[in-house]
Amino acid sequence: MPPAAPRSGDAIFASVERVNAELFTLTYGAIVRQLLTDLEEVEEVNKQLDQMGYNIGIRLIDEFLAKSNVSRCVDFKETAEVIAKVGFKMFLGVTASVTNWDADGTCCSIVLEDNPLVDFVELPDTCQGLYYCNILSGVIRGALEMVSMKTEVTWIRDMLRGDDAYELQVKLLKQVPEEYPYKDDE
Amino acid sequence: MIGVGKIKQYSNVLDKPLSKGKQEVSLSAFAFLFSELVQYNQTQVDNIAELERRLEDAGYAVGARVLELLCHRDKGNRRETRLLGILSFVHSTVWKVLFGKVADSLEKGTEHEDEYMISEKELLVNKFISIPKDMGTFNCGAFVAGIVRGVLDSAGFPAVVTAHFVPMEGQQRPRTTILIKFAEEVLQREARLG
Repeated sequence: MPPAAPRSGDAIFASVERVNAELFTLTYGAIVRQLLTDLEEVEEVNKQLDQMGYNIGIRLIDEFLAKSNVSRCVDFKETAEVIAKVGFKMFLGVTASVTNWDADGTCCSIVLEDNPLVDFVELPDTCQGLYYCNILSGVIRGALEMVSMKTEVTWIRDMLRGDDAYELQVKLLKQVPEEYPYKDDE
Repeated sequence: MIGVGKIKQYSNVLDKPLSKGKQEVSLSAFAFLFSELVQYNQTQVDNIAELERRLEDAGYAVGARVLELLCHRDKGNRRETRLLGILSFVHSTVWKVLFGKVADSLEKGTEHEDEYMISEKELLVNKFISIPKDMGTFNCGAFVAGIVRGVLDSAGFPAVVTAHFVPMEGQQRPRTTILIKFAEEVLQREARLG
């Protein structure tokens, strides 16, 4: 049987069950507020958000691969495109774009114009070092690690800090080949 | 210069236009996020009651904001002042906006005058959650109970709101009931208003 064709982000988003984005936004806000109250240090909160995102990412990748039918990406460029066009669309309902490729194709920027996590949000003066959407960087890092790519994800632009868009820099550190736990007996 | 477009920068979040509330995210994105919320809180507490309280507090903040948002956007800045009014607001409008459907039922408690119950066959937040036996009667619906408490409190109807599982005949998963117990002053005010 021929493999199923990969589905577009819009098609998948239309077929999954959806919830109101405001419930999602407000729940995320409640999480960040709880973390700020418990941890008090903005750096600690950033790390915790990244860790939570990582935990989500390692499970999210399974659902992503199951629903989207994408075939194995040939190179990192294709991976980034798939994350931006299919991944973001099917989970968050927004499309991102990929820009700023460096010379060897290992580092790029994913740009989000629209971000459902930050509706109604304003950073107070006491939290200026906070990367409010840091959970997204953890999600991408976790998901890519499960498909054998070690990456580093950092924020370049953040609208809550006055920039005009959200820009994440994804840098491929290395491809870790899959290790089988047993020897293949031919 | 004509033809040069620039996205308008809103310096103040209050100046941004309010969204219509039609945007959606996938259910799994919300489920993942909620599971992280519960897992994080599990690491911060020692017992079930604490965990329920923390989830409720998280929900309280959501509820307060939902009331503000809905009153402004959908109700034209009018707020319910009568008990039945606010209950049906929660049961219909709030549920419809947050969970996409009105709640399954709204009942008045038979034993006490100040108790009301909103029931739901399967709460959206509990959809992908299973409770291990050693956690007894813990219900992640405490988050939804917190949302309801937040809405009622901010609307001027202080109440104690809790979530309970009610096993149903012939159904594998128990029904969830949100029990609302209004404070004394609410009933007195309601009686005065006639």
